[in-house]
Amino acid sequence: MNDTHGDGPGGPPAPDSRWYDAEAGPLVRPYAMTGGRTRPGPGGERFDLIALVVADDDPPNPDEEAVLGPEHRDLLALCRAETRSVAELSADADLPVGVVRVLLGDLLESGFLRVSRPVPPAQLPDARILREVIDGLRAL
Amino acid sequence: MAYEPSDRTGADDGADALALKILVAGGFGVGKTTLVGSVSEIRPLRTEETLSRAGELVDDTGGVDRKTTTTVAMDFGRITIRAGLSLYLFGTPGQDRFWFLWDELSQGALGAVVLADTRRLEDCFPAVDYFEHRKIPFVVAVNCFEGARSYREQEVSRALDLDQGTPVVLCDARDRDSGKEVLVRVVEYAGRMHTARHLDTVG
Repeated sequence: MNDTHGDGPGGPPAPDSRWYDAEAGPLVRPYAMTGGRTRPGPGGERFDLIALVVADDDPPNPDEEAVLGPEHRDLLALCRAETRSVAELSADADLPVGVVRVLLGDLLESGFLRVSRPVPPAQLPDARILREVIDGLRAL
Repeated sequence: MAYEPSDRTGADDGADALALKILVAGGFGVGKTTLVGSVSEIRPLRTEETLSRAGELVDDTGGVDRKTTTTVAMDFGRITIRAGLSLYLFGTPGQDRFWFLWDELSQGALGAVVLADTRRLEDCFPAVDYFEHRKIPFVVAVNCFEGARSYREQEVSRALDLDQGTPVVLCDARDRDSGKEVLVRVVEYAGRMHTARHLDTVG
């Protein structure tokens, strides 16, 4: 801080942000944004890190958007801009994955989102898809 | 509602998109983030998982340099093969106490890369064990650091006591083409393993 007032040892402490910086971590405890919930709501949706999330263009109750919290709205805006994975949403919204999962659960339940689950391990993609991936990687 | 892609032909709108996952594991400082960064089309992103299972932290007294922390960061990258088909890469957290995160990460993973440094080969033992036990197809990619003596694939394979057929590739994690080739090997091997298992269950 380069304030000109605090130049002597007895000078008054500047009233601003000397007590915290990026190193101090978030000032709001992460799960405060979810009302203390650490798991998604009654629907029990467990979002995989690579589950792809799309905004529903035609939500059943669009009026409910007005009462969404700021973090819910941020996530919704990100999903509207582009289909994103849960991991990307977490990074882009700068929120821990656990928090994002709870918030996405809310949005899913109120019909603002749709989610595509990744392929379960028992049915890994067929040879044609794998071939496509290999060719795609080589062509990058 | 959540659903799976029901029809893979012409499925390229968002909700029917297919996402595949490859994990990048290995010891601390072996180049996991570098590898993810060299092949990813987006700058490697970091996401944090908050540990809600505080008990996981208690029994680790292994090292003095380990920070006590409540979040763990994961690096990841993305490669879009085409509209509706993308590959996600996740660098697994290096510290042992985050094993439970590996369980989540490895669920549904197509395969894995175990990055190895021949100067500290033992650092990748836990990752090799982990993937072998869970039958997740993996390749060992030896990151060829300058100044490290070079070994042949067979020597590394023997030193790690790998199951027969587990591919070993030499690579330079900083080099995009080299990183791509490592991923190609993972996808090829995963395909072979999957076909073999399928035949096992059928016949």
